[in-house]
Amino acid sequence: MRASLALGGALAGLAAGAALLSLVWTPQAVDGIDIAARLRPPGGANLLGTDHFGRDILSMLMVGARTSLAVAVLAVGIGAGLGVPLGLWAAARRGGWADALIGRAADLVFAFPSLVIAILITAVAGPSAVNAILAIGIFNIPVFARVTRGAALALWTQDWVRAARLAGKGDLRISVEHVLPNLASLLIVQGTIQFSLGILAEAGLSYVGLGAQPPTPSWGRMLAEAQTMVALAPHVALMPGLAIMATVLGLNLLGDGLRDRLDPRLRPGAGA
Amino acid sequence: MARSLAVRILALAGSLWAASLIVFAVIEVIPGDPAAFMLGLNATPETVAALRDQLGLTGSLPARYLAWAGGMVTGDFGTSYTYKVPVADLVADRLAVSLPLTVYAMAISTAIALPAGLVAAAARGRAADLAVTGLTQLGVAVPNFWFAMLLVLVFALSLGWFPAGGFPGWEDGVGPALRALTLPALALALPQAAILTRVMRSATLEVLGQDFIRTARAKGLSRARAVWRHGFRNALVPVLTILGLQFAFLLAGAIIIENVFYLPGLGRLIFQAITQRDLIVVESVVMLMVAAVIAVNAAVDLAYALVDPRLRR
Repeated sequence: MRASLALGGALAGLAAGAALLSLVWTPQAVDGIDIAARLRPPGGANLLGTDHFGRDILSMLMVGARTSLAVAVLAVGIGAGLGVPLGLWAAARRGGWADALIGRAADLVFAFPSLVIAILITAVAGPSAVNAILAIGIFNIPVFARVTRGAALALWTQDWVRAARLAGKGDLRISVEHVLPNLASLLIVQGTIQFSLGILAEAGLSYVGLGAQPPTPSWGRMLAEAQTMVALAPHVALMPGLAIMATVLGLNLLGDGLRDRLDPRLRPGAGA
Repeated sequence: MARSLAVRILALAGSLWAASLIVFAVIEVIPGDPAAFMLGLNATPETVAALRDQLGLTGSLPARYLAWAGGMVTGDFGTSYTYKVPVADLVADRLAVSLPLTVYAMAISTAIALPAGLVAAAARGRAADLAVTGLTQLGVAVPNFWFAMLLVLVFALSLGWFPAGGFPGWEDGVGPALRALTLPALALALPQAAILTRVMRSATLEVLGQDFIRTARAKGLSRARAVWRHGFRNALVPVLTILGLQFAFLLAGAIIIENVFYLPGLGRLIFQAITQRDLIVVESVVMLMVAAVIAVNAAVDLAYALVDPRLRR
């Protein structure tokens, strides 16, 4: 599946590149309101047209990519940063109280869909991009904990782990020096999947107003604003959706491709 | 079996209890006094105190938790600050929209996914399989609220087959109500159908490799009949689990989709409650949603054990 790796990498790279480029250059300014230029169709100076304030949609999308990617990356960081150590701990103490507690807690968090977590946080602290990161990140923790624990359990039965034990290493050192490096490819794949889910979740949250607040452009809010004029100017609603779809599709393909490349054993249908 | 049932019920009660503690704790740390907020800037301390008393905001934390949790168990969810009606009535009203929407979406998603996954598995590696797998890639990448907007653009605004939003209520008959729910249910179902199709495909592939399929073929069953008679039913076990998990996503997804279509469901209720700082409503509705997710997953677990004797412990 070399093709999915290339296509996925290209699409995800496009989004990341647009986000980075927007730090130094956008085709037009995104904070200027120019009512005379409102709802222009794609073409000419505005490659993807303009929105209801006359802002260049391509420029808005580039700046919005920043928000989406930053929220998703940080949410994956929270999820992996807390989930992986918890998963390693649970696997090291398999069958013990820590394992049971982490397992139960993961079940419990799964009962709170990330949108519900976001609603709770918003009710407490008001809507913001930071709260969106927290909501998606909290939901990611049990995902990483589960995946890490599951794969680490298998590693703990390996002879070289026993050898490390005989060499006098404790649970912590074995987890960090022997188990974790062998989980790297699995975690990269899972990280890519959670990254793409994070983009979707961020779009949903900012669409309903629980994410980044104006004037920070975000793909979800661009869609929310476009909704009332979808009949009048469909391109305003089409472009942000296509951007989200292309980025998520790219990350998913990248994840599939990386999985095949990094670890043939994870390939669906392999082995058995 | 009776023993394992008791253990499951205990675990279910434990999860619900832990979830209620979380929801209560989160709402409790919210700064600001709802009573003062409701009465505005000109309220005297006495009237605020009286309202606090009336809302049950006085008393120690454990006492308030017990009052709230006890109410949740007995169906008394408190009284909405803004609507001045029992939250239970509000929820019942809104459930009449949200529940049919969720079930409708699940039905659509299953109706698409089971045949599509089966066909893809049977045609493994050939054109039909590639087409289905490619479509599932798109299906999981499309944000459902955007798909909803596209559906509105095509089927409501251009073709006029369905309303673009709003809900007529069930009083005018089932037809108009279902028509109003069709586009939202489709939008809600799309990503779930894509995921379910993948699960169905891989579950069927797994089953097709089993010896009993070869036996069935050796006995003279055609490939299609072997897939249908023996493959399909055995592939349903993992599909059932995913269906349970999807309930949580549908419930959460419905919150957003209801906002796209201006449907008066639980999702809209919760958003209005947040903007109006009607915390009793937020607290109780979130708890009900979480409880529903936990209960459905427990039920799926149980159904699983009933369907597959190997999973009984």
